[in-house]
Amino acid sequence: MENSELGAVEVRGTTRAAFLLRGTLAAGAVLGAGAVSPFVRDALAQNDGGDVAILNFALTLEHLEATFYERALAKGKGLSPDTRALALELHENERAHVDALRTAIKGSGGTPVAAPEVGFGLAFTSEARFLKLAQSLEDTGVSAYNGAAPSLRSARLLAAAGEIVQVEARHASLIRLQGGLLPTPDAFDKALGRDEAAAAVKPFMR
Amino acid sequence: MPATSRKQFLRTLGATSAAGALLTACGRARDKKPAVRDAPKGMTSGGDVAILNFALTLEYVESDFYDAVVRSGVVKDRTVLELAKRFGETERLHVGALSFAVLGLGGKPAPRPKTTFDEVLAGGPRKVLDTAAMVENLGAAAYLGQAAQLRDKDLLARALSIHTVEARHAAALNSLAGKGFRGALPDGAFAKPLAMDAALKAVKPFIAKD
Repeated sequence: MENSELGAVEVRGTTRAAFLLRGTLAAGAVLGAGAVSPFVRDALAQNDGGDVAILNFALTLEHLEATFYERALAKGKGLSPDTRALALELHENERAHVDALRTAIKGSGGTPVAAPEVGFGLAFTSEARFLKLAQSLEDTGVSAYNGAAPSLRSARLLAAAGEIVQVEARHASLIRLQGGLLPTPDAFDKALGRDEAAAAVKPFMR
Repeated sequence: MPATSRKQFLRTLGATSAAGALLTACGRARDKKPAVRDAPKGMTSGGDVAILNFALTLEYVESDFYDAVVRSGVVKDRTVLELAKRFGETERLHVGALSFAVLGLGGKPAPRPKTTFDEVLAGGPRKVLDTAAMVENLGAAAYLGQAAQLRDKDLLARALSIHTVEARHAAALNSLAGKGFRGALPDGAFAKPLAMDAALKAVKPFIAKD
């Protein structure tokens, strides 16, 4: 934790005022005082195209991830057997997410978006490059779902998004460990607004 | 805390504090924005308080567990020990954020349960790692089970930001416990939720009887 003093704050009740103050410090420490409002605002700013638009955006991200692992498995250089095994597992999951989202979109009366044309530069020339980009894609996926999910109007779709985002978070953790990184970048995963998430993956869109 | 004294207290903290922003956001969401999801009828903000307090109880158990593990010296593996410390700090922050959210709704945070991990610690590092993985998997599943029940969208956003961290913990611990990549993703591509009573039952062995 960057701020160990605040991180070590213990929230055992003394006076209520002291307790609340500690809560404030803890919340400020994790979210950043200035980050609190945007955090909520971004999550709520996405309710413009309805559930189908949210699902289609998620579908685009899942297509991107699925294609990424597919290509890594087909032409990735220098991947250790362990990393290949992980990529295989993740590829299967992303394919299943694509199928589930397509079904959910059709079930909601929408039309699933087609898989985008994508490119990943030098990501498949070494294990380190592969893991770095995989980490970035998975962390972005987690934050994009976390940002979009609160805007889903259907409780059923919200529950389904939760089932997927938990798996994305597990992916991010495993990829990070594989690359020698901490599995958790922070105590609270960031929520990305749709514009931010779209900007994050734009470099891979052709 | 009555609204006026809360307001007064916040003023002394400074109007631009995180607390102000959070409480304003919570209050606004509760007072003016009716839930738009087709959530089960009859749920009130009392429901949200109960959910947050349930999550708080689980976070207390997790936080106490890592604390006990680190203090016991049972774990010698440096990676596992470092992660236990970091995860413990993280759970403490979750405890703080959840307590704070309950207060923001005008509720009373659940008391810290008295926990016991003697049996786990006596089982050695292997047992500690397996138990940590079990507790985090159940924590992630428990958040997933409650998320769609939260009426307040701000709280939902906050719960989701914790849910995925619990999932990260769970996957890392599964992997360190030697379960393999497939074992780190025990439900496959779609995580399974866990009901509140099942989650509470699963942590019962860690709640001290007295």
